[in-house]
Order: sequence, then structure tokens, then C-alpha cells
Amino acid sequence: MNIAIIKYNAGNVASVMYALDRIGAKYTWTDDEKVIQAADKVIFPGVGEASTAMAYLKEKKLDQLIPTLKQPVLATCIGMQLLCKHSEENDTDCMGVFDVNITRFQSNTLKIPHVGWNSIQARGTNDLMKGLNETEFVYFVHSFYAPVYQDTSATCNYVQPFSAMLQKDNFFAAQFHAEISGKVGQKIIQNFLDL
Amino acid sequence: MLTKRIIPCLDIKEGRTVKGTNFVDLRDAGDPVELGAFYAENGADELVFLDITATIDNRKTLVELVKQVARQVNIPFTVGGGIGSIEDVSALLNAGADKVSINSSAVRRPGLIDELALQFGSQCIIVAIDTRFVEDIDWVHTHGGRNITPIKTIEWAKEVEQRGAGEILLTSMDTDGTKAGFANQLTAKISSNASIPIIASGGAGTMEDFYDVFTLGKADAGLAASIFHFKEIEINALKNYLAKKGIPMRI
Repeated sequence: MNIAIIKYNAGNVASVMYALDRIGAKYTWTDDEKVIQAADKVIFPGVGEASTAMAYLKEKKLDQLIPTLKQPVLATCIGMQLLCKHSEENDTDCMGVFDVNITRFQSNTLKIPHVGWNSIQARGTNDLMKGLNETEFVYFVHSFYAPVYQDTSATCNYVQPFSAMLQKDNFFAAQFHAEISGKVGQKIIQNFLDL
Repeated sequence: MLTKRIIPCLDIKEGRTVKGTNFVDLRDAGDPVELGAFYAENGADELVFLDITATIDNRKTLVELVKQVARQVNIPFTVGGGIGSIEDVSALLNAGADKVSINSSAVRRPGLIDELALQFGSQCIIVAIDTRFVEDIDWVHTHGGRNITPIKTIEWAKEVEQRGAGEILLTSMDTDGTKAGFANQLTAKISSNASIPIIASGGAGTMEDFYDVFTLGKADAGLAASIFHFKEIEINALKNYLAKKGIPMRI
């Protein structure tokens, strides 16, 4: 199988690559349109800030390519947020695969960012949580979130319920870091590769 | 519910774990990779590796070690010790560290925190604060707690957050090594004033000490070394104990 990890300026992807190594999957780290299009699976990871990441994707025209991909795509953390419609983080227009807006957590009592292990609950169809319990712990680090809406495939509760995972057609997304979420994260990645 | 984190800390010297461990079931208890993997399999929520040599030769050894750990370990892990520049951080993150921890270099030049947060994002920048209570005030110390600074701990904690630290690792030199409990009062004061998570360190001796630091100390995570290495407390047993007492835990 041919996996493309999308190369852009959002954070380091070493942990993602090592997670794939542990599963025994081969991958290419690339921003080449043709290589991405030809891949069996595409992973769109990322840690970073929305407007800087979108600016880079636009420069490389990847913002045009990604929404048109037909193979299974897994987006994590900022990758997931960039697939939504708009992010409140520096008022950024995103790619709009998921018809939902990203907003910032607001709380007087809870700390922001949301950092650590929190439980997620599967909701509706969730192909990536197959073989897992309905509730599992995964590792989060983020200040912005997608509210729960029709494409939410798992929810998490912090300040209020929010989308821990999204799923629509061939697009799968996780707000948490599956690559460092222990055995649960590994299973989620494995399920994606098995699609 | 967001859980409280239990974090074992491994001291590394020339690529090996020091302070010794008491793991009869490990092939080589001095091998940080094997020990890290063992903890990841047995309930640790995160790992911290602290390089206590940090010379230039050893930096290369450390980067190699980080690669090996990252290949094995599927939970977040932090590397600290002797980090003083963007290049240092870049090398460690590229090798697979999820976060870095800076200490003395941030005290020497606080602007480093802003630079690192801007370059890599706050989420991967932990500022470690070593503190000691001297003449009625908590003061920041550097160089493993040997040198006092003219900076008040409470004020420094506020400042590092404003500069972009993602988490604070607070070590009390007063309680460190005593096994008489964490510095709960100071931890609570800093945690209540902060929007970022506080990892409490120094003084863990019993399971109850962890209960206290999460309740009285309002800590978000508890870190310890020797009590885990010598199996005085096993992480899974500790987490079960805390969960039964109502502390949210990833079991």
C-alpha cells in the first residue's frame, strides 16, 4: 500500500511516521500533487497555527487538491481544523470539506488549552473505532474545537461536548493525536489503513 | 472527563538511565528505551527524559536516543536538559520528541520562551521551574537547584505563561528527595493563577501524596522518578487507587 503524508509547514511529523513504522506501513512524506493523488491513503497531520498553515497550503495549491481527493484521507489535530469551513484562529478561511466552523474554548474555570488524556464516545457511523470500546481515552492538545454536528463520529467533553472525530465520505478526521494515544491510537490508525 | 496524568521521569547520562532501577523483569534496567517502553505499556500517561550531562558530544547521543524511544513509545514524551536554542529543540522534535523542557536557559534569557513558542507552538514547550523556600519566599533556582536567582517563583510562573509556555513543570527543591509529599501549597497557588497545566514534581513517597497533589495541590499531573523505578509504587496500582478515590484517571 502507498501512503502519502502531506508535507507542509505545520509542526513535526516524526511521531506520525514512527506510528506508521510500528504498524509496518510504508509511506512518503510529500507535497507533490501527483504523488498525493496517486496514493492509496493520504494522511494530513499537523500541529500549529491555522492561518500560517493555510497560507502555505494555498501557496502550494494543496488547498485546491485536498478537498478533491477520492481515496481515504485521515486528518489530525490542525489538519482536521483545516478541513473545516472556517477557523476563529486568526480568522482563517479553511477548506470546507466539513461544513462546520472552528471556535475557541471559553471558560472561567477550566484551563485552556485542553491538554491530556480525555475520553471519547463513538457517535453514529465511526469506521475508525471498529474493534474498540464505545468509550476510549486519547491524547489531546488544543485550544480550538469543532462543535458537535451531523458529521461528528466521536464526541469528547471539555467545557462542553465537541467533535473528537469527524467522518464524511472518504474524509476522516481526529482532533486528538492518534499517533501518541497508546494502543487506542494505534488501532485507529490501523483501522484507517485497513479501509 | 479530562484525566490527571501520572508521569515517570528518567534521568539520562551518556545515553543510559541513571539512579538505577529495580526492574527484575527488564533485560537491561539501564536502557532508557526498554524502560520507557515498559512504562508506556504499564499505565504511564507520559514520559519525561532528563539529560543530566548535556555536553556537545552527548547531544548527539541524546538525539539518537530520542529516535529510538520515539520508535518504541506510543505515548507523549518530553526531553529536557541543556536545551538553549531553536536548533536544539528542532533536533529533538525532528528525532521524535513530542515536547521539550527548558529550565536554566529560560531564566538566563526569558525571550527564548517566546522564540520557541512562536517557532514550534506552545504545545511542545514546557518550562521547568526549580524552586526553593528561602526566608519566607519561594525563589527560582537554577543548575539543579544549586543557584538561587533574584526571581520570585510565583512571578516567574506568570511570566513564562505570558511568554508562551505550554505547561509548567514545577519542582520543589524543599520536598525533592524527601518522600514526604509534594509542595501542595505552592503548587495550588501557581495552578490557581495559571491557565496552562502544572506538572508537580518533588517529594512523592506514597499513593496518598499523589491524591493530595491533585486535590490540595490542584496539579494537572504528578511526576516522580525513584519511587517508580524501584517499584515502591506501581503506576497501574497508583492509578487504580486514585480512581477509587474519585480522581479522574485513564485506566
